[in-house]
Amino acid sequence: MNESLIEFNNITKKFPRVIANNKVSFNINKSSVHALLGENGAGKSTLVKVLYGLLDSDEGHINFNNEILNITSPSDARKKGIGMVFQHFSLFESLTVRDNLILGIDENISYSELRQQLEDISSKYNLPLDLEAPITSLSAGEKQRVEIVRILLQDPQLLIMDEPTSVLTPQEVQTLFKTLNALVKEGRTILYITHKLEEVITLCNEVTIMRNGEVIDSCSTENQTAKSLATKMLGERLDELQTDYTHINDFINFKASKISCSFADPFFTDLKNISFEVKEGEIFGIAGVAGNGQSELMDILIGENCTIDSGEIIFKKTNIESFNPQKRRDLSIAFVPENRLGHSAVPELTLSENILLSQFPNNNFSNHGILNNNFIEDYAKEVINNFNVVTPGSDAKASSLSGGNLQKFVIGREISSNPKLLIISHPTWGIDAGAEYSIRQSLINLAKNGTSIIVLSQDVDELIEITHRMAVIYDGSLSESFITKEIDITKLGLLMGGKND
Amino acid sequence: MTNLFPSIVSRPQSSNIMNILVPIIAIILTLITGAIIFSLMGFNAFFALHIFFISPISSAYGISELLVKATPLALIAVGLAFCFKNNIYNIGAEGQLTMGAIFGGGIGIYFHDTNSFWLLPLMIIGGAIGGAVWAMIPALLKNKFNTNEILTSLMLVYVALLILDYLVVGPWRDPEGYSFPKTRPFSDSGRMPLLFEGLRIHIGLIITLILVFISWFVFAKTIFGFQLKVSGFSPIAARYAGFNQKILIYIAFGICGAFAGIAGLAEVSGPIGLLYRDISPNYGFTAIIVAFLGRLHPLGIIFASLIIALTYLGAEDAQLFMQIPAAVGFLFQGLVLFYLLGADFLVKYKLEFKKSK
Amino acid sequence: MNYLEFIGFLQIVLIATTPVVFAGIGELVTEKSGVLNLGVEGMMLVGAVTAFVTLVITGSYLLAFLFSIFAGIFMSGLFAFLVLILMSNQVATGLSLTIFGIGLSSMIGKKYIGTPIDGLTPWYFVILSFLIVFLVGYFFYKTKSGLILRAVGESHTSAHALGYSVLKIRLLAILFGGSMCAFAGSYISICYAPMWQEGMIAGRGWIALALVVFSTWKPSRILIGAYIFGGTSIFQMHLQGKGFKFPHWVPFDDFFSSAPFFNMSPYLATMIVLVIISSNKLRIKLSAPACLTMPFYKGS
Repeated sequence: MNESLIEFNNITKKFPRVIANNKVSFNINKSSVHALLGENGAGKSTLVKVLYGLLDSDEGHINFNNEILNITSPSDARKKGIGMVFQHFSLFESLTVRDNLILGIDENISYSELRQQLEDISSKYNLPLDLEAPITSLSAGEKQRVEIVRILLQDPQLLIMDEPTSVLTPQEVQTLFKTLNALVKEGRTILYITHKLEEVITLCNEVTIMRNGEVIDSCSTENQTAKSLATKMLGERLDELQTDYTHINDFINFKASKISCSFADPFFTDLKNISFEVKEGEIFGIAGVAGNGQSELMDILIGENCTIDSGEIIFKKTNIESFNPQKRRDLSIAFVPENRLGHSAVPELTLSENILLSQFPNNNFSNHGILNNNFIEDYAKEVINNFNVVTPGSDAKASSLSGGNLQKFVIGREISSNPKLLIISHPTWGIDAGAEYSIRQSLINLAKNGTSIIVLSQDVDELIEITHRMAVIYDGSLSESFITKEIDITKLGLLMGGKND
Repeated sequence: MTNLFPSIVSRPQSSNIMNILVPIIAIILTLITGAIIFSLMGFNAFFALHIFFISPISSAYGISELLVKATPLALIAVGLAFCFKNNIYNIGAEGQLTMGAIFGGGIGIYFHDTNSFWLLPLMIIGGAIGGAVWAMIPALLKNKFNTNEILTSLMLVYVALLILDYLVVGPWRDPEGYSFPKTRPFSDSGRMPLLFEGLRIHIGLIITLILVFISWFVFAKTIFGFQLKVSGFSPIAARYAGFNQKILIYIAFGICGAFAGIAGLAEVSGPIGLLYRDISPNYGFTAIIVAFLGRLHPLGIIFASLIIALTYLGAEDAQLFMQIPAAVGFLFQGLVLFYLLGADFLVKYKLEFKKSK
Repeated sequence: MNYLEFIGFLQIVLIATTPVVFAGIGELVTEKSGVLNLGVEGMMLVGAVTAFVTLVITGSYLLAFLFSIFAGIFMSGLFAFLVLILMSNQVATGLSLTIFGIGLSSMIGKKYIGTPIDGLTPWYFVILSFLIVFLVGYFFYKTKSGLILRAVGESHTSAHALGYSVLKIRLLAILFGGSMCAFAGSYISICYAPMWQEGMIAGRGWIALALVVFSTWKPSRILIGAYIFGGTSIFQMHLQGKGFKFPHWVPFDDFFSSAPFFNMSPYLATMIVLVIISSNKLRIKLSAPACLTMPFYKGS
C-alpha cells in the first residue's frame, strides 16, 4: 500500500550564481520517514522552501495527495496540512512560548482552548512546555520542542524537519526520534532533511540523495549502509585526513586559566572557570552544542571582550587578557570567528580592503597611517592564488564570493601571516565539501609547522578528524581534555548534554 | 511569455556604474517633477525651469553668488561625510555652524577695533573650536550614555540658536544698533578677503577647497579613513580588527563640528560681517542632502553643493519673478534626496523580467 | 501658585501635551513593526498646513481633519514605498521626508500666513489622545493582530517563515504613524495655535521621537513622557510670564533668567531624560524592537 503523499515533478529553481534545483523528481510515501540527504549546498533547503511556499519554483510542479499543489505562502501550506520545523528556528526570542504558539496558528484561538490542546499534545508525545517562559530562556532542545508543538497544533499530514539534530545533544536526539516515530505511527509523514548518514539508517524508511541540485538516487533505506549512502552523497571520495602527533612539542604555547565572566544580558551565557592549555604544534578542539558559551569564549580569546571577571590568558609567558585584538595580533596570534560576512570580512568592501582588517607586525600595509595600496593588493592576490579562492580578482567585493571561497580567503589571510597561534571557530560551517577538505588540510599543515591551533566547532566529526586533544563546553563550563584518538563517543555525547559522571 | 512585473534580484556585487549614474538619474527626475509642478501651477515649464536653473548663473555675479552658497554647503557636507561614513547620524550641523559663528564671531566682536593680520586666523580657529566643542556633546553622550546622536544633535541645534539669540539681544548687542538685534560689525581685518573686486565670493572658497582635498586624502589613502569606513559598514568587523570605535566617534564628530564651525564663521566674517539671528538659511540641514547626493565622496560633494546651491538661487529668483514662495527650494532639495534614495535601489538590486511558468 | 492658577496651569499642560501624545503613539506603532520613521516633524507640518488651508477654503472642520489625515497617509506612503519596496536607508529617508515636508508645507501655506480662523475647542482631542493610547495598548497586548505586528518587529524572518506578510503589516503601521502625525499637526494649527506659521511644529516631531525611546516602546509610558515634557515647557512659560529671575549669586544669572534660556529648557529637559533612559544600554536593547531599521528582503 505504498501510496504517495508528495510527488515532485521536474522542479527547477535558479539563482543568479547557481542552479539550486535541476529537474528534481521523486515521491514521498504516506506514513513514512523520508530522508532528504545531501551535503551543504546540495539544494535540499531550496527544495523544501518551494514545497513550503517560501520560494517559487521556476519550472515543474508538486503533487500533494494526487492534486497539484498550488501555494504561494507558508500559511497556504499549513492549510493544506504541511508543517515545517526550521534549522534556524523561526521563533520570536523576546516573546513568550504562548505568543509564539499563537502566532503559528492561523485561526483565532482562545487561551483556554490553546491550553487544552497543548496539554493533549504534551501528554501524547511527551513534549512538556512552560507557556509563560520567554523563548530566550529556553535551551536549543526546548526551542525545537516549541517549534514541533506549534506545528502539531495544526494537525499536519506532512512534517518537514530541516537538520533537526544539528543543535541537539545525542541524548536529545534519542527523544526526538521517539517523538517522530510516534507521529509516523499515527499516519503522519515526515520529510527529514539531513547530511548525517547514521540518522538516515536509524530513523528513515526511504531516502532521496541530492548532489549539486540534482537527485542522485531515491530508494528504500533497507539495503543501504552508511558507506553506500556516503558514496552517493559525496561523489568521488576524498582522501582521509591523517592526524599526526609526532611533531607536537612539549612547550606550552597558550594557557587559559580559570576564566570566569558573567553577563547581565540574558542572551549571553556566563563563562565559569574555564581552563585549558595548548602545546606548540597542537590542534586543540572545543566541542559543544551551540549556545553553550562558545561565542562568549571566542570574544574573550580574540580580545573583542577584554573585561573578564577573573582568570588569566597567557601566551608565551605574556598575560594577554587585557589586550585588544590588534595587540594580540602584534604577538602573532590570528583569529577566524564563526561569521564571515560582517565579522571576519566586510561584505561591502573589496578583497584587498578586507586584507587590512587584520594587520600583523610584519605586514607593512601602512606607513605612518598612510596606506601602501600596491603592497596590500599584492598580498590579496597572493592569498587568492595560494588558497585557490575562486573570484574575478582582488577588487571583487567580499559579498560576491561564495561562502566557501570567502572562508578560504579569510583563513588564507590569517595563515599567510605565519601565526604562532590560530584561534578559529567553526572553520567549515556552511561551505561545500571541496572547500571543507582543503581548509582542514591547511589547518593540519599549519600545525605541522609548529603553530598552535584552537578550534571551536559544533561538528564533532570535524573535531575528531583534525584535532589532537579536545574538551567539551557546556553551559559555560569546559570539561577536562581528552586525547582525540582515544576518545569514547558515548562519553563525549554525555558531556555535550551536560551529564558529567 | 514574460511576466508583466519584473522581479527584484539582488546583485552579488553592487554596481559601480549605477553608483555614479544614480545621482544623475535623481537630478533628472527632480527636473521632470519640477516641470510638472510648475505646469500644474500654470507656468510654462521651460520658462520656469529656465528662471530656476539657468538665469541665476548667467552672469559673473550669479556665479559668484552660486559659489558663496556652495562654499558652506560643501564644507559642512564633507564634514558630515566623516560622520556618515562611520554610520553616525550627526544631523546637528546647523547648531555646530551656529556655535562656530558665536565662538569665532565673539573673537571678532571683542577685537572690533583691532586691525591686524592675526585676527582672521584667530577667528577661524575660534570657529573650528566652537563647532567641535558643540559636536563633542552628542559624541560624549553617545559614547558614555549610549544616547541616540540623531536626537541629541538635533536638540542642540535649537539650543545653539537660542544661545545666539540671547547674545545678540543681550550682552553682545550693538549699542548703536537701534532696535534691531545685532552685534557690532567686525573690523576689516576680521573679514574674509574677497577674491574679486565687486563680487561677494571670498577666501572661504579656497579654505573649503583645501579642506575638501585633505578629506579626500584621508578617506582614500589613510588607515584612519579605512577605519571610519569599516566601523560604519560593520561595527563587529571593526571590533574584530581592533579599531577603537569610541575614539572614531569623537574624531568624526570633532572634524564635522570643526568644519561646520568654520563654515559658520566664514558666513559671518564673509558676506555678513557681524552676528545676528538668522545667519544661516538652513545650510546645516541642507548639507545633509549635499553629502548624500555627493555619495559621501569629496569630489561628488563639490558637484552636489553646486547643484543644491542653485536651488537656493533659483528659489530666490522664482520668488522674485514668479511670486512662488522661496520654500520651493526645500521642496526640490527633499525631492532630489527622495529620488536618490529610491534610485539607490538600482545599485544593490536589479530588475529582471523573467519567463513565467 | 494658588488653586485656581494651578487648575489653569493643568489645563494648559493638557492642551499643550496632546499633539506630542498623538505623534508619539503613531511613531511608536511604526517602530514596533520594525521601521524607524524620522519624518515625524515633516509629516506634522504637512498635516498642520493641510488642515489649516482646507479649513480656510471649505470652512469645514471635518474636511480639514480628513484631508490632513490623507496628507499624512500620502507622506508616510511615500516613505513606505522607499523603505519597504526600494529598501532605502530608513534614517536618510526619514530625514528627507522631514526636509521635503518643511518645503512642501511652507509652499502650500505661504498665502495663508496670518489668515485668522476660529479655533476649535481642544478638550475632545485631549480625551481622544488618552483613548488612542489605551486602544493601542489594548491592540498590542490583547489582540492577535497586535501580536503579529510586534512579532514582525521582533523578527521579520521568522514572521515571514510563518507566512505573515511583513511588508503589508509594516505598510499599515507606517500609514497609521503618518496619519497620527498629520492629525497631531492639524490639532496644532486648528485647535492649539490656531493659525498657520512656517515651521510652527517647532521640534515637537523630534520630541515625539525622543518620547518613543523614553517610553521603552510601551504605549502607556508615552503618556508619562509626554506629560513630563509638557509640564516642563508650560512651567517654564509660567515662570517667564511671572518675570522670574535667578538671584545674582548664581553664575551667569543674566543668561539663566533670559527668555532664550527658558525657551531652550524643553529641549534640554528632553536631552537629559534621553540620557538617563539610554544609559541603561541593556534595557534599551531588550525593549527596542529587534528589527528596528533593518530592511527586509524576501529573496533567497
